Amino acid sequence: MSRSRPYIRPVETLWWARSPYLAYTLREATGVAVLGYALVLLAGVVCLATGERAYDVWLDFLKSPWSLSLHVLFLIGMIAHTWTWFRILPKTMPRLVIGGRILPQIRITAGGVAVAAASFILIVFVAVWTQP
Amino acid sequence: MKRSIAPVFWLPFGAGGMLAALIGPALVLLTGLAAPTGIGLTNNFMSFARAMAFAQHPLGKLILFIVIVLFIWHGAERIYLTLRDMHAGAKFSLMWICYGTAGVLTLITIGALATIGS
Repeated sequence: MSRSRPYIRPVETLWWARSPYLAYTLREATGVAVLGYALVLLAGVVCLATGERAYDVWLDFLKSPWSLSLHVLFLIGMIAHTWTWFRILPKTMPRLVIGGRILPQIRITAGGVAVAAASFILIVFVAVWTQP
Repeated sequence: MKRSIAPVFWLPFGAGGMLAALIGPALVLLTGLAAPTGIGLTNNFMSFARAMAFAQHPLGKLILFIVIVLFIWHGAERIYLTLRDMHAGAKFSLMWICYGTAGVLTLITIGALATIGS
């Protein structure tokens, strides 16, 4: 019996750390920021469920330099995510035809970023406006 | 024909990605930077009483659940796909690790929100 042995092209182990794949790796790495932020929120909710003292520990953690540096990284990751998300969006959706013309991808990206910017301003405004 | 189960994970990935793109930067800025440092927000912004009132309200509970769980599943899907492309391990073990962790975290979220009550 002969077994088929297909040729497998060798791939560099660190291919993802090199151009042009590094851009892809960095884009995917924004998922770590999204997950990391969710974990911080989840920790807050668990502390909230545990009681006031546990919740205060969480609040104190948020004030630590560790947490502040972490959230600066999360913010950079989130902004990179917003930008790359709306860059990918037109490539993953059906083509939009308006008035017999295909809507250019860059217009969809610009529209998405504009909505995200409006949402950012609205959320910050509401948060500042409604605080005690 | 054997069907792939991948599309099941695309929905939370896509929904979480869209939600993170729209509200992620503002949330990180407010809860992670502005509130702890007191820049632009008062110390009471995330006080125990206020956070409790938010988490006890059905709408607040729903918001917390949707944001936390969708962000988790979005991140888990991206990390799984990237590790798979990096050949960091066998496909099915990576799947179990990533989706399993996301599943456990989802249960913890539900448990904590249920404990907070209404």
